[in-house]
Amino acid sequence: MKVLYFAWVRERIGKAEEVIDPPSAVQTVGDLIGWLTTRGEEYAHAFETPKVIRTAIDQMHVRPDAAIAGAREIAFFPPMTGG
Amino acid sequence: MTSNVTVRIQESDFDIAGEISALTASRTDIGAVVTFSGICRGGEGSDATTALTLEHYPGMAEAEIGRHAEEAMTRWPLTGVTVVHRTGRILPGDNIMVVLTASAHRQAAFQAAEFLMDYLKAHAPFWKREETAGGTDWVAAKTDDDDAAARWDK
Repeated sequence: MKVLYFAWVRERIGKAEEVIDPPSAVQTVGDLIGWLTTRGEEYAHAFETPKVIRTAIDQMHVRPDAAIAGAREIAFFPPMTGG
Repeated sequence: MTSNVTVRIQESDFDIAGEISALTASRTDIGAVVTFSGICRGGEGSDATTALTLEHYPGMAEAEIGRHAEEAMTRWPLTGVTVVHRTGRILPGDNIMVVLTASAHRQAAFQAAEFLMDYLKAHAPFWKREETAGGTDWVAAKTDDDDAAARWDK
């Protein structure tokens, strides 16, 4: 699946997007954040406070308990500050 | 009546008078247009904003605003909605975004504009990076904005 990062999440990880293949035990958004944090210091830094991270699956806002099965595109970003 | 919703995300500036004209052109059933324009605020002192850089999630940002504009059209008797939001680097005094709501009567137009702004602030995927004399940092979201959006949930 494709993963996108925006704003300071993107800056901390050091890339805007990547293709990942998490293990089958990773079933929810929360699981995925946990798995990503094991991939390196930059991920651990980006996700150090998981409750502030917002997630979209296929461009729709979802909660941390949302299932990731079938997702094509998952995006992680800070709370929005538009307008 | 066909849905008269316009959503644009662009780097370039926009002309508010032109957007109003486009929303009201050749119609005689509109009695009120409410305009909310968001402008880059500067200020004084060392923590004054010298510029903002706006990042968005292409595709999702348009879809989120479009969905909320369509919802506004169903919640109030509107004749049209226009939302234009800029991205990129914006200087104090420059336009950031505009919401226009048109209706036969003012109350619907006012309420719909407020609804759209509250939802945009809390849900549209845009992020502001602020430049000051001391450096640059991402603008932190306000919990007030979430509370403001939640009051419209049914």
